[in-house]
Amino acid sequence: MNSETIREITILPGRNRSGETENFDEIVIRPGDTISIVGPTGSGKSAFINDIEIFAANDTVTRRTILINGEQPPEEYIRDPAKKPVALITQNTKCLADLKVREFLEMHIKSRGIIEAEIAGKTIDLANEFTGEKIRPDVKMTALSGGQTRSLMVADAIMISNTPLILLDEVENAGIFKDRVIETLKKYKKALIFVTHDPMVSLMSDRRIVMKDGAVHKVLEPNGSEKKALEKVIELDRIMYRMREQIRAGEMMCDRAFT
Amino acid sequence: MKLIVIAGPPSCGKTAVVKQIITNLGDSQKIAYLKIDVTRAFEDEELKQEFGIPTKKVYSGDLCPDHASVMVMKDAIGWAKEEQADILIVESAGLCLRCSPYTTQSLGIVVTSAVNGINTPLKMAPMIALADMAVVTRIDLVSQAEKEVFRERIREVNGDLDIIEANAVQGTGMRYLLRAIEEYPEINNPDTITLRGAPPLGVCTICIGKTDIGWQNHFGVIRKLDGADYLYRGD
Repeated sequence: MNSETIREITILPGRNRSGETENFDEIVIRPGDTISIVGPTGSGKSAFINDIEIFAANDTVTRRTILINGEQPPEEYIRDPAKKPVALITQNTKCLADLKVREFLEMHIKSRGIIEAEIAGKTIDLANEFTGEKIRPDVKMTALSGGQTRSLMVADAIMISNTPLILLDEVENAGIFKDRVIETLKKYKKALIFVTHDPMVSLMSDRRIVMKDGAVHKVLEPNGSEKKALEKVIELDRIMYRMREQIRAGEMMCDRAFT
Repeated sequence: MKLIVIAGPPSCGKTAVVKQIITNLGDSQKIAYLKIDVTRAFEDEELKQEFGIPTKKVYSGDLCPDHASVMVMKDAIGWAKEEQADILIVESAGLCLRCSPYTTQSLGIVVTSAVNGINTPLKMAPMIALADMAVVTRIDLVSQAEKEVFRERIREVNGDLDIIEANAVQGTGMRYLLRAIEEYPEINNPDTITLRGAPPLGVCTICIGKTDIGWQNHFGVIRKLDGADYLYRGD
């Protein structure tokens, strides 16, 4: 998959649960964009990214249509994993495939038709940047923790799937280093869509899509106006991070943790 | 009339796939449904109530359910014709995975769940090897990479299989299955329909009522604990 061939992905409106048309004309996603999808539980966030993942053509419950470069995408984009321009990382933090990490990655590499050597090892190395406890290649996928699985899936999406668009469903939930994940993903010039309840992930995105009643309610483009809030949330996140690490290390929480 | 045979292990989402077919094609096509099971089945009542279509079920009881399907298939085609159905869907019980219930002149669909173990496609080999299409359900529960690895496992059994990834409850991913059904030819001669694959060898001594344990007490294709090598000689 040559990511240069994808200039933009366009989302055309569907309808909400009462059958009314969604509140936007079109949403265009380009390489390097970061978008967060926010809204209460059950408001249709996951359905939104699922529509993108399968390139809905007015044939899902939401009735949305997804275009690539302004046109209906070719069938192989959807049906041939080696050509699919989208990687979805679900909320699920358990991998059910009963294979060792290296076997799993090698099988995925084979399905993607990749011949580059050592890509499995590079994927594991990258995953280990996102997680506290290191992943070993000879351990079973089913034995990985939620955070390790999530880290490996993100690294897999970057290194093996290597798609121009990555969809992440609640990346913050698995206790991985989310700021490192976001920075790394940005470095690889991927378009990213985060379904999230996390203020930091939301504020780090260029655009925020607010969902309500199964449909897009608002599209916010803060254009830097939330800079102060972002600085604050990063500071809070650092405090949280330090406290978490100290608790993990078996330390008592005293004044030192706040400075 | 078209014949569709749906197979797959228990609880893999076969009936959810059937419901999607009826939801999407039921307005333009009259659909009849037959469920084959061993002791209990409720799908026929459920579908009749939900969609008002003609349904039937048959219990195989002491018989193997795929054996039962071979026995009743011709009568079922006759029944669906009397009902003036455009499509007859036959859903198997899908138990031992040793046979495959697909016939000639039918679209054979195997349903398998993405949350099954990674070796499931290898274990249900004849059911996958002889199918036309595979519908992988519950894809909403696994990540892209897992889906692709599962797909690769299916392709190890049948490289030509048309694979569809779907959330059968929501109906996502169904469009290619519906298209395949629409494009599939009608039955041209019910008298020439045969099973696609050879059923297991011989008659089982358990089937004819022997309860003794130990291979010394049985005849036909016998097997000892040591040297029980691969004996599958079907397709």
